[in-house]
Amino acid sequence: MATDANLSVEINRRWLLVVDLDRCTGCQACVVACHAENNVPVVGEKQAAYGRWMHWIIIQRYWEGEYPNVKARFMPVMCQQCTEAPCEPVCPVFATYHNAEGLNAQIYNRCIGTRFCGNACPYKTRTYNWFQPGFPEPLTEQLNPDVTVRTRGIMEKCTFCIQRIRRTEIDSQTEGRLLTDGEIQPACVQTCPTNALVFGDLDDPDSRASQLARSHRSFRLLPQLGTDPGVIYLKGGETNV
Amino acid sequence: MSEPDHLAHETPQTTPHDERLLLALRTDSEINQAVLQPMLKTGKWFWMLVSILSLIVAWGVYAWGYLIYWGIGVTGKNRPVYWTLFITTFVFWVGISHAGTMISAVLRLLKADWRRPITRGAEAMTAFALMMAALYPLIHLGRVWKFYWMIPYPNNRFMWTNFQSPLIWDLVAIFTYLIGSSLYLYLALIPDMAMARDHVDSWRYKLYRVLALGWRGTEGEWHKLHRALGIFSVAIIPIFLSVHSIVSWDFAVTVQPGWHSTIFAPYFVIGAIYSGLSALASILVMVRRGMRLQEFLRSEHFNALGKLVMVAGMAWVYFWFAGFIVEWYGNDPVVREMIHEEIAGHLAPFFYLQMSANVIPIVLLVFKRVRTTPALLLASTLLVNVGMYTERALIVIGSLQRNDLPFNWGSYRPTWVEISIVAMTFAGFALLYILFSRIIPFVPVWEIKEGRLRYTLRRIGRLLVPTAAEID
Repeated sequence: MATDANLSVEINRRWLLVVDLDRCTGCQACVVACHAENNVPVVGEKQAAYGRWMHWIIIQRYWEGEYPNVKARFMPVMCQQCTEAPCEPVCPVFATYHNAEGLNAQIYNRCIGTRFCGNACPYKTRTYNWFQPGFPEPLTEQLNPDVTVRTRGIMEKCTFCIQRIRRTEIDSQTEGRLLTDGEIQPACVQTCPTNALVFGDLDDPDSRASQLARSHRSFRLLPQLGTDPGVIYLKGGETNV
Repeated sequence: MSEPDHLAHETPQTTPHDERLLLALRTDSEINQAVLQPMLKTGKWFWMLVSILSLIVAWGVYAWGYLIYWGIGVTGKNRPVYWTLFITTFVFWVGISHAGTMISAVLRLLKADWRRPITRGAEAMTAFALMMAALYPLIHLGRVWKFYWMIPYPNNRFMWTNFQSPLIWDLVAIFTYLIGSSLYLYLALIPDMAMARDHVDSWRYKLYRVLALGWRGTEGEWHKLHRALGIFSVAIIPIFLSVHSIVSWDFAVTVQPGWHSTIFAPYFVIGAIYSGLSALASILVMVRRGMRLQEFLRSEHFNALGKLVMVAGMAWVYFWFAGFIVEWYGNDPVVREMIHEEIAGHLAPFFYLQMSANVIPIVLLVFKRVRTTPALLLASTLLVNVGMYTERALIVIGSLQRNDLPFNWGSYRPTWVEISIVAMTFAGFALLYILFSRIIPFVPVWEIKEGRLRYTLRRIGRLLVPTAAEID
């Protein structure tokens, strides 16, 4: 149990995102919500085709089976918020570091753009601002004031909408009450039409997320690497056709 | 054995044994002139070469400016191929820089006599190759002005650098090596600066007078110089081993398949020695012709250097194989895919280029005729560096194209910006090197004279007999 002196917020949490692959339809609504919430730039068709899309959530699509019995499998992959994050020790300037809630925090203004973290990340969820990001009118009108707009040459990635976590924490504290389960909703969780995403505290045994995490369907991505991610997947069955 | 008369007539000598005696017939001042003349006389072709190289450098600087203005996006990098030709060429130049110290420090400690005429050229190669290498970490940031954030300096925001990051080790290692090797180059240069000072006038005299640090050649000065060189030779060896080990750890400390390997550090070191020695041999062949130093750089030197390249090449093959066989039997799915890509996939041309360009020269250098014929030696050593550059490209770019989640696999196409900047450092290296060779005596005159005491002609009765003596 650690306390953050600056925020006077008691921190004894391990944030967890549960992704139910049975519910995911691959609709990409979470990706759009994430773009809007986190001021993620849109790079255009040409750059995206060359692997320079900026999505913080990547809906990975895999084909299963042979024609005509082909199934599309969708797997949303965002920053896994690893406990033992491979990206953290390699950053020469501490632009990415581990905070007390087990999140991989990213300090945009400290990043000098060596892209070492991007190479070290086994999930390849980090995205890089290859050019000066543009927000054509009227997109500038909807930039989120809680999130830094990054310049070129900076690495960025999913933060579990840390600005929403902080705001809810501070609000609940000023109201003198404890956070309730499900009160914090990252943009993707809020938007998901099939409720495939559940956010919560892993250390709270009663939270919905931690209950789902104990499901027999749960697994983590690339567990052999020992990264101990903060994203837990629930195995998909037959519904995802 | 040659007749005394035969020697006295200065008939061209052909056998290596006799070649050693070439200098024995010259006086000290003749040697001074033989080294100084090519420096002072520069022909039309020299200035043409300087202009061409300068143009390439200027174009590369424009490309770098273009990159700084628009961002790293003007290169061919993407997700997941975050590092490409810049890091490849960085590793290549750090590798080239290794032979200078290898030749100079190791051979000085081992008292290998054939090192004498080539040490200066080797040390200069180290210094300039490192300068070129040091540019890449700056260039590949894109926002180059943020570079100083990697330097641990006290500041009012209490921001510190992460000493866990191999990039910080890189920074420390490269700066240490650059400073160490420059000092080492300069130390051995002082007596020659004094020699040059005494033989020239105009701006050169002023320059050499400053650089010679008032060297007079007293017994005490020589004693101190030898002592300092002895200390440097020992101290710089762990640095030179650590530098390329650290470069390898830029890759090996990650969990990226194809990079995460314990053998990377020694494998990179031996690869660096292989490519560096080859580059040295190529450069010496070219400089020897360009500056007419046939008298100093003789077939015995190329023979010995060629043997060293051959041995380093064999060691490289051994380390490569030791790494490869473990990956092959490990049969990790992603690594298996990478090996498939190399052997039969879209990386196959590069893989076979790497293997043939690294292995064929070893076979060629077995033959003495190849080692001692400048054109053949040049061809085989240039081939080695084609192979070593390809090897680094395969490690850096080839590995990054594949990773644990197949949806994230990618590919890479270089752009004109990257190629121009890579060409800039090659031209920049050549430019610095040839300008250096016109300002600084390319052959270390004092070392030659010292070594000359070893092979000398002594008159025993009516015969002139070549003698070899043990000197320190």
